[in-house]
Amino acid sequence: MNKTVNQKAWFFVLPVLLLVAFNAFIPLMTVVNYSVQETFGDNTFFWAGVIWFQDVLHSERFHAALGRQLTFTFTILAIEIPLGVAIALCMPRRGIWVPVCLVTMALPLLIPWNVVGAIWNIFALPDIGLLGRTLNGLGFDYNFTRQPGDAWFTLIAMDVWHWTSLVVLLAYAGLVSIPDAFYQAARIDGASSWAIFRYIQLPKMKRVLTIAVLLRFMDSFNIYTEPSVLTGGGPGNSTTLLSIDLVKVALGQFDLGPAAAMSLIYFLIILAMSWLFYTLMMRNEDQ
Amino acid sequence: MSLELKGVTKRVGAETHIHPTDLTLEHGVFNILLGTTGSGKTTLMQLMAGLERPTEGEVWFDGADVTGMAVQKRNVSMVHQQFINYPNMSVYENIASPLRVARLSKGEITARVERMADLMKLTPMLGRRPVELSGGQQQRCAMARALVKDASLVLLDEPLANLDFKLREELRDELPRLFADRRCVVVYATTEPVEALLFAGNTATLHEGHVAQFGPTGEVYRRPRTITSAQVFSEPPMNTAPIVKEGDTFRLYDGTEWPASAAGATLADGEYVFGIRPHHVTLTPTGAHPVAIEGMVLVSELSGSETVIHFRHRAETWVSQSHGIHAVPVGEVAGLHMDVAQGLYFDRSGERIGF
Amino acid sequence: MAKITLSDLRHSYAARPIRDDDWALKHLDVEWRDGGAYALLGPSGCGKTTLLNIISGLLRPSHGRVLFDDRDVTDLPPDQRHIAQVFQFPVIYDTMTVGQNLAFPLRNRGVDEATVKARVAEIGEMLELSGMLDKRAKNLTADGKQKISLGRGLVREDVNVIMFDEPLTVIDPHLKWQLRSKLKELHQRVRRTMIYVTHDQTEALTFADQVVVMNMGEVVQIGTPVDLFERPQHTFVGHFIGSPGMNVVPCGIAGGQATVAGHTIPVANPVAAGDVRGRIEMGVRPEFIAFDPGGLPVDIVKVSDAGRFRIVDTRLGDHSVKVLVDEGTEIPADGARIVLRTDNTRLYADGWMIGAGRDAGRGDAGQGDVA
Repeated sequence: MNKTVNQKAWFFVLPVLLLVAFNAFIPLMTVVNYSVQETFGDNTFFWAGVIWFQDVLHSERFHAALGRQLTFTFTILAIEIPLGVAIALCMPRRGIWVPVCLVTMALPLLIPWNVVGAIWNIFALPDIGLLGRTLNGLGFDYNFTRQPGDAWFTLIAMDVWHWTSLVVLLAYAGLVSIPDAFYQAARIDGASSWAIFRYIQLPKMKRVLTIAVLLRFMDSFNIYTEPSVLTGGGPGNSTTLLSIDLVKVALGQFDLGPAAAMSLIYFLIILAMSWLFYTLMMRNEDQ
Repeated sequence: MSLELKGVTKRVGAETHIHPTDLTLEHGVFNILLGTTGSGKTTLMQLMAGLERPTEGEVWFDGADVTGMAVQKRNVSMVHQQFINYPNMSVYENIASPLRVARLSKGEITARVERMADLMKLTPMLGRRPVELSGGQQQRCAMARALVKDASLVLLDEPLANLDFKLREELRDELPRLFADRRCVVVYATTEPVEALLFAGNTATLHEGHVAQFGPTGEVYRRPRTITSAQVFSEPPMNTAPIVKEGDTFRLYDGTEWPASAAGATLADGEYVFGIRPHHVTLTPTGAHPVAIEGMVLVSELSGSETVIHFRHRAETWVSQSHGIHAVPVGEVAGLHMDVAQGLYFDRSGERIGF
Repeated sequence: MAKITLSDLRHSYAARPIRDDDWALKHLDVEWRDGGAYALLGPSGCGKTTLLNIISGLLRPSHGRVLFDDRDVTDLPPDQRHIAQVFQFPVIYDTMTVGQNLAFPLRNRGVDEATVKARVAEIGEMLELSGMLDKRAKNLTADGKQKISLGRGLVREDVNVIMFDEPLTVIDPHLKWQLRSKLKELHQRVRRTMIYVTHDQTEALTFADQVVVMNMGEVVQIGTPVDLFERPQHTFVGHFIGSPGMNVVPCGIAGGQATVAGHTIPVANPVAAGDVRGRIEMGVRPEFIAFDPGGLPVDIVKVSDAGRFRIVDTRLGDHSVKVLVDEGTEIPADGARIVLRTDNTRLYADGWMIGAGRDAGRGDAGQGDVA
């Protein structure tokens, strides 16, 4: 289309361009810069080539952290997506309870992330925390600071508590956009609740669910604050996820080169997996 | 005051949306663009408004070349098929918005909005939001906003298409009155021949990006230059059939004959295309030379006061339109009558043969 | 298949209706014959969708009963009423093929596969969908999708009534007549009770044998398309049906006839002056008025050319009267006089035709014209 040309429009884009440059592009370039050099922290740099990348890719520590990360992400996706959809299905579609439900759902999302970690830390303490004491009182040997299994359980419970709401809200938005006629037609056709879910609700929710999966995937892959406050990666390294490991390398050991290489690899993994998810879920859309 | 398109074309990529077009639209009458969806009405309007730039050719307004001029700098207003209003503003604010942009004084704005609201019968609704109005009132509000600013070019793109038919009837009556004492070029796009006829003025028949014919509405309707122009200007669609002239008779594909003198024709013998509008094919004979034809009824469509019968005649589908309500059942064989004196005759290239 | 009876039906969306306006449906007593083709016609907000939802069971009426044959179904949910419905916008199951869509209502009811196959093939053929049974339904055009919606109703043998809610809204104008033709043909073939809800007179009159005209929560007339055109029982029917609508002129009464602007006009339903109360009007359609040197003097205000006819706006005294004149007929230049056809000129009191009785619009739709 050759619309009437008006160059003034570029001025409106300029602030955004500058913002993106300062926010994303320049820091990214700094990381790239670090990832190919060696430094001892005195502002002198030596060319290191791809050695840090090789190191990271062959490091068992990285493999272990990546493994834990994948386990964590897929576990919470497997719980949060179905649970979120289920809760959304139970919510009323109209009436005075709608705003009440929506606000209740949104509450966990409004709490600062480090506070979430702190809340759960205290909540789960075996001696004084409500959850910890109750579980021990019921006869379970529960101590998330000592036993890796308990630590994982707490970590996942915390993430489910914190983020299922997001899936609920997205799925709910998808559900309310389905015209009443579809439900009426299905009732007339004698469809069971399962058939209504399978043939109407799920297909119509597909787009929002794709977004939900993508968001939850990226966010959970990047997660740092909450597990860091809750377990600090422990006991041992049992809950050291990629981001926690990265911070340990970068700030704990001050190995800037390997840390930079690691974060780039980390970034590329997220990018590749997000693309993969998106393509797979959208594949049938245009047929 | 006039709007002129000089050799205007519009191509997007390899597709031609508007073929070379020359049109001169005058003020003081309705200029109607008549054509089906996709015939190029909206594109032509966008070119006139300056929302699109022609690929070739020039647009002149009031004696000046405005081809490259941005739409903001032209004094144009437009009403769309959808009821476009600002949802969070009252009807008053909606109507006043173009005047605020033009920085008119407060008193002037109030005066103009009130006059417009009175004309559009919106006075009791001035304080309401668009969502609280009926469809007809919403479209009236959109029209009031377009008309309040004294634009010198007013483009109406199927403004009545989304309204109930009784409302459409009402607004069709009102619209010409709104423009009676204004000096502006009015362009009105529609898919409905009857709307074009009732607004009179001038009509351009559009088909696939071509202007088939342009002229006074009644003349374009009764004296179409080509078969395309006649078909665009016929709803229900015109019946067409191959016909042979031999000596003193016309013979239809099924052998039905009528004297050539009935059509007043002095044509050379040969093959032609016969076109007859549905209301000249009726259940009861009309005109001086009714010719009988039989058909198997596919459906009788009853509007409130007329009957449109779709029927099969040999392998062809024909349409007839009669006064009154006649519910002829599906599948029945009905006797119909063509008033051949009202028929149109085209040569095989589609040009009408004037006689 | 079933006869449908709506008995003493009233409905209000308000919890405690007080004023007359609180009732979405004011009062309804209708009987619909088994196998008939009916239409509910009226402007938006007239209550036709409320009535539709009451019949389908999506809404429980505040008062009165719904009977299918002689069985009271007022409290039954939609799926137990054995009804089918075609909605304004096509409802299809996106992930299924055309064939699976048609089979869906049968499979839900546990019908055996052989029967399902046979029924789907039969209905597919009836709707001219045979060639595309294996195609994904979401890729069809709007008219194809509407055919699928209809097919899901036809495929079941146990359907009492098929309801249509403005089913042609999304269909291309030049394809509409083909679907109308298909619907008529299908009705003749399957002879199920069908109810067609619309605000479009052409849709209603074309489809139905009996049209129920509604306005402001009330049935104003039930009749054949010919009745509605020639014998409107309410000024609303005269105005709403026909284009342009009926002329409605305030009048007085003298010697049983109408008086307008000092002229006495003979009418089809003369009445003694003492017998009527309320607002008296005379109604006559533009089609039933002709120019005639022996008639009433009028002033011509405007002539609009509609192609096949012209609409002449005239003034009779202070009142506007529209006259329809065929193409090619002369319109007198000055000193125009009009004649109203007596058989089609009627008196109305408060909107209702005098002599027909206010209850004429109600009752057994199967009997047709009550006047």
